[in-house]
Amino acid sequence: MKEVGKNFMELRFASKSENEAFARIAVASFVSQLDPTVEELTDIKTVVSEAVTNAVIHGYEEKGDGTIYVRSEIEGKRISITISDQGVGIADVNMARQPLYTSKPDLERSGMGFTIMENFMDEVLIHSKPGHGTTVHMVKHLKSRHQTMAN
Amino acid sequence: MSLHIQVKHDRDILIVRLRGELDHHASEQVRRSIEDELAQGGFSHLVLNLADLEFMDSSGLGVILGRYKKVTQLGGKMMLCAIRPSVHRLMEMSGLFKILPTHEDERSAIKACGVAS
Repeated sequence: MKEVGKNFMELRFASKSENEAFARIAVASFVSQLDPTVEELTDIKTVVSEAVTNAVIHGYEEKGDGTIYVRSEIEGKRISITISDQGVGIADVNMARQPLYTSKPDLERSGMGFTIMENFMDEVLIHSKPGHGTTVHMVKHLKSRHQTMAN
Repeated sequence: MSLHIQVKHDRDILIVRLRGELDHHASEQVRRSIEDELAQGGFSHLVLNLADLEFMDSSGLGVILGRYKKVTQLGGKMMLCAIRPSVHRLMEMSGLFKILPTHEDERSAIKACGVAS
């Protein structure tokens, strides 16, 4: 476990499904300077994929002409990730957070996106305003190698 | 980063091997490939071999659940096999194993399809 000073990165990209892999790999490669475990890195890739996919499918309704913003900050063992869109927004955030809930039942969605984010991260905050967009802010504290060995 | 799909037949069992990363972008391709094969007829069961699937998110869960519904509605069985630890954790968290049986390898999954339930 390396201790790193404060650092950040930002990305802006088109709301195309092709960019889902790009976003999760970019964030994973940025946070890898903290020397996370394989499991922690998978958690990060998964939650970025979930939030970006939500922006593509729900925020911009798969139109592909929106912009998705990703910002990641690292300091010490703490990783924060913010993913925003300026899409349609979520009318009822509490309902959207319920496991298995999906606003698009015809699309074969599992409805597990927010549940996965909450399970894999230490903090998940969702700000949304219908007609203005959605911002998902997530924080994860990496365990030190010592703690990981003890578990 | 992409997903490769390999399809194999064994009597009335459709075997699908996934290699790479299964996300929202790739899920449509998986759905279509499996639906096209099933539409040709002659298959009762579906085995998904995930030995080379390195990453999956909730879009993958959606496409797996969709195929599960389809195959069981037609009276067949669906089995997963050779799941990697990273994918296993996501599936366990989401409760997928409560409905979908898993096997160590393709051979035992194929064998299990032949056993009357």
